[in-house]
Order: sequence, then C-alpha cells, then structure tokens
Amino acid sequence: MGKTFSEKILGKKAGKPVVAGEIVEIEPDVAMSHDNTAAISQSFYEIGVDKVYNPDMHVVILDHATPAANSKFAQNHKDIREFVAKQGIKNFYDVNVGICHQVMHEQGHVWPGAVIVGSDSHTTSYGAYGAFSAGIGRSEMAVIMARGKIWLRVPETIKIHVAGKLPAHITAKDLVLKIAKEIGADGALYKAIEFCGPTIEQMSLSGRFVLANMAAELGAKNGYVAPDEKTLEYIKSVTDKEFEIVMSDDDAEFDQIVNIDVTNLEPMIAKPHTVDNVCPVSEVKGTKIHQVFFGSCTNGRYEDFEDIIDIIDGRKIHPAVRMLVFPASMKVYKQILQQGWVEKLVDFGAVVMNPGCGPCMGNHAGILADGEICVATSNRNFKGRLGNNNAFVYLASPRTAAWCAVKGEIADFREM
Amino acid sequence: MIIKGKVWKYGDDINTDVLFPGKYTYTVTDPKEMAKIALEDLDSEFAKKVQKNDIIIGGTNFGCGSSREQAASCLLYAGVGAVIGKSFARIFFRNCINFGLPALTSPKLVDSVEHGDTIEIDTEKGTITTDKGVFEFPPLPNEVVGIFDAGGLIPYTRKMLGIE
Ligand code: SF4
Repeated sequence: MGKTFSEKILGKKAGKPVVAGEIVEIEPDVAMSHDNTAAISQSFYEIGVDKVYNPDMHVVILDHATPAANSKFAQNHKDIREFVAKQGIKNFYDVNVGICHQVMHEQGHVWPGAVIVGSDSHTTSYGAYGAFSAGIGRSEMAVIMARGKIWLRVPETIKIHVAGKLPAHITAKDLVLKIAKEIGADGALYKAIEFCGPTIEQMSLSGRFVLANMAAELGAKNGYVAPDEKTLEYIKSVTDKEFEIVMSDDDAEFDQIVNIDVTNLEPMIAKPHTVDNVCPVSEVKGTKIHQVFFGSCTNGRYEDFEDIIDIIDGRKIHPAVRMLVFPASMKVYKQILQQGWVEKLVDFGAVVMNPGCGPCMGNHAGILADGEICVATSNRNFKGRLGNNNAFVYLASPRTAAWCAVKGEIADFREM
Repeated sequence: MIIKGKVWKYGDDINTDVLFPGKYTYTVTDPKEMAKIALEDLDSEFAKKVQKNDIIIGGTNFGCGSSREQAASCLLYAGVGAVIGKSFARIFFRNCINFGLPALTSPKLVDSVEHGDTIEIDTEKGTITTDKGVFEFPPLPNEVVGIFDAGGLIPYTRKMLGIE
C-alpha cells in the first residue's frame, strides 16, 4: 500500500516509516513567527535557555500591526528587534517587507519537500509549493527555539479532485468558498487536503496559494498541491536551495475523495459570520455595503490586482463606500507602482495603504463602525474579526469586491 | 483529577475570535485582564459570572480559527476547569494541552447536557458524570500525556532539558 504526501514527508523527517494517526517528533526545516515573536521570546526565556537552538531555522516577519498602531505595538516590535539581534536570527523582516506568508515564499524560505511550522494558522499556505506546512501555538514555537523539535500527528488526507474549465473570471477564491460550502468549516479537521485534478494543474501558483491558505478555514492541518514545472521555475527563481520533491504514491490511501466540477461555478461569497456560510453572489445582491477591504495573505498579490484594475479602470468608487487596498508585500507594491496601477486606484477613489495585514484581524487601519458591512478579500469573517463585533464581513474574490465598490452594494460582476 | 463545575454551553464552530478577540492579541497580556475579556464577543455575562472549575461545552470544531493560544489561556485564567466538545480544531486542541487545560471529546455528553447543569469529570477514569448518566471520553495519546501531566509544555520542556 502506497503512502500519502504527509506520511512520506513526516516519515522522512522522523527517520522511519509512519502512517496516518501516528505521532512523531521532528525537527522542522523552517519555523516562522510574526508580531507574536515578542510573546514567544518571553516563553522562550521562561524555559530557562539562553541561546536559540538553531537561529537559522527561524524566520521572523513583522506584519500584523505595521507600522505600530500604538505604544504597546511599538514596544512589541522593539522587543522583537532586540531579540532577533541578540539571538543572531538573520532572517528578520521589519515593517517594510510584507505579510508573513507572502514574504516566506518571495524570500526563498519555502521549497518543495520542506517541513515548515509557523505560529500562525494560515501557515498551511506553503503547501501550494509542495511543502508540508502547519500552524502551531506560541509556546510550541518557544520550545522549538529552545530545542529545535516539535511533535506532530501524521494526518489522514482528503483528496479534493477538481475538474472542468473555470468560467471567465471565476477564481480560486470562488472555488475554495464553494469547497467550504460543500465540506464545511470542519470538513478537514486534523487532516491534510491534497488539491489535484486538471483544474489545479491549469491554475496559477497564486491561485493554488489561495486554496492552501484557506485550507486552514476547512480545519485542515496542511494543504498540498503537487509541484510541477510552474512550481519549480518559481522556486528556483527565489532560492538556490537543493530539494527533493515529495508526492503521494499512486496507490496511497486517502481518507475521503471529494470531486468538484467547476464548469458552471458562479462567483461565490461567504456571509457573516462563518467562512462556510457560502452562497452564490447572486443570492445576496443588492445588500448595501460601506467598505471594501482588498488585501491579506489570501488575495493581495499581483494577479489579484490585475483583476481589480480590470474592473475599476475608468470607473469611480460608489460615494457611500471606502475601499482600502493593502498589497501583500513590498514586492507586489513595486509591481503595481511600475504598472501605474496605484494611480488608477487613487483616481478610482481607493486608499492605497502600506503592505501588511491591515485590518484583517482587527488591529488597526480600517476598523468598521457598528452596523457597517464590509466585503473583504481576506479569509475570515468571524464576529469581531475586523475589530468590531457589531459589524458584518462578507468574503469574496478580488473581482467581486471591486465590483461591489463600484456599485455600493453586493453585486455580480457578470452583469457588468 | 476531579473537576466539578457548572456548564456554560454554546454551539458549533466557537472560533478563536470570540474566545479572545484578535484586536487584543498584542495589547492585553496580563492574565487578570485576559480573564476579563474571555468570550467577550460571544457571551458578555461569561467573564462576570464564571466560577472556578466551570466547564465550557461547545459543539463541533471548537476553537477554530487563529493559532492564538490566548484563546485557551484566557479560559484557564478565568478559572475554567475543562472544555468539552464534539470535536476540536487542531491548534486550539494543542494549545489546551500545552497549557494543561483538559480538552475532552464527548459528542453524546454534549447533546445531553444543558446550560447551567453541574457535571463532574474524572480525568483518571476518563468519565464525565451528569444527572443523565456517565459518559466516557477517549484518553490523551501517550505521546502527549507527559506534557499535560507536567502542567503544560513549558514546564514539560524544562523537565526534559533538566532545568529546575
Ligand atoms: S493577512 Fe490576515 S490572515 Fe493573513 S497573516 Fe495577516 S492577519 Fe493573518
């Protein structure tokens, strides 16, 4: 009987064959933390160790409230800068680089066959490049700093096979919302999701990233897409690391196989307050909105900007709406500057902000007022998520979000 | 260990943003203050009225969402003795173990118990006793029982590294 990707990669790390359900202790290749590194460093010192076990294993990226929203955040950032300097953690990215999950692959900290953990739930994202990557807690990261190891349960795997040609302008975001609707927010609890099939093979890396990123919203431990030529070409452009591709065997045993056909997929939207409360955009059209939040680790990349520029070019924002735009990284920011898109966004009436998480977890930079409704391209619409528990968040693709900004209400871009 | 307390019962998909709002993750760090905002966006009465060893009961996917461990630790600081669900989100489950907060899976119990009931958990026997009967929950995997018994991951690691 063959093995799944997760069984193979964790077995390789553990130095023995393993099957789903087993618990292994392994040394990850990369360990990522962000603004929570200040709290992690405190737990690290609490353990009673002075020196980080392997400083080169760690990547620290400031993004969650950048620039600092108040003196508490500022102190937090200061503590982190001092900690990385003292511990010799060279892979440190300050407030001017971007969102952690975007920066990780742009700066070459992700490669096929890598085992990566991060003290952030959307660490699942790097599976888009054929890595095993899972979110962990802060104390666990502190312990990795102290002794380089963590326990992980080898997950069972759900295979999501996607076939059919995506209709014009329907994206990975619509697909993943559709999957959330089908299997629910706990559909992949404790499990790995392997996305495969002709539609995924055709899909851009940016689209695959959306799927792996939102695997976290399906309860998954990790998401995975088998690397192909596209993956290798990109990874070789960002790192000269040598790696070995790991893939599921043809006769691997999957826990469940879900088949999705996208031929007739419509623009999808997640209604407040859960990610699996999904319906076609057409069902909620006409709902008045107040804000559009464009950005986040899910949908703030170049390809997403292409989509919104296509909609907003030559148009004006609805007078009752604010649109806040956060590029996922400074690299993306530079690309859109070079394309002249920042000017187009400003002419449209959007506010273009600095790269970072923005209001995604309600820290700053675009909090909603009571009763306000926001269409966001991010990944979570929980009560209070954007900083106010009396506000309402809908999740959609960049193209849908942009069209809503034009119309001042939830609207279907196919009626443009 | 015996944990006896009153039940606070909620539904499915209790997420980390309602357990401990994201906007506080970098600003509220004192355990006493953290206890005061536990469940703020779900039940504003909870933090005011919770008693030592009370038990929170949720449905499926308890603790979904963020990796923030304050979602577990704020409950502990508020005095919560255990959490019981039909299923748990994995990072929240890990965080509970890592803080020594019992996170027990017992779908039958969840269906039978009501808000305000008093129940008794016996962690050694793996049983939960209520008015309606005795329910079982599966034991922790052997590999992590040591973490739980040491009182959490940090004390466990100190022990492992021989630091006293
Ligand atoms: S953009 Fe949002 S979901 Fe992504 S890492 Fe930042 S806070 Fe988390």
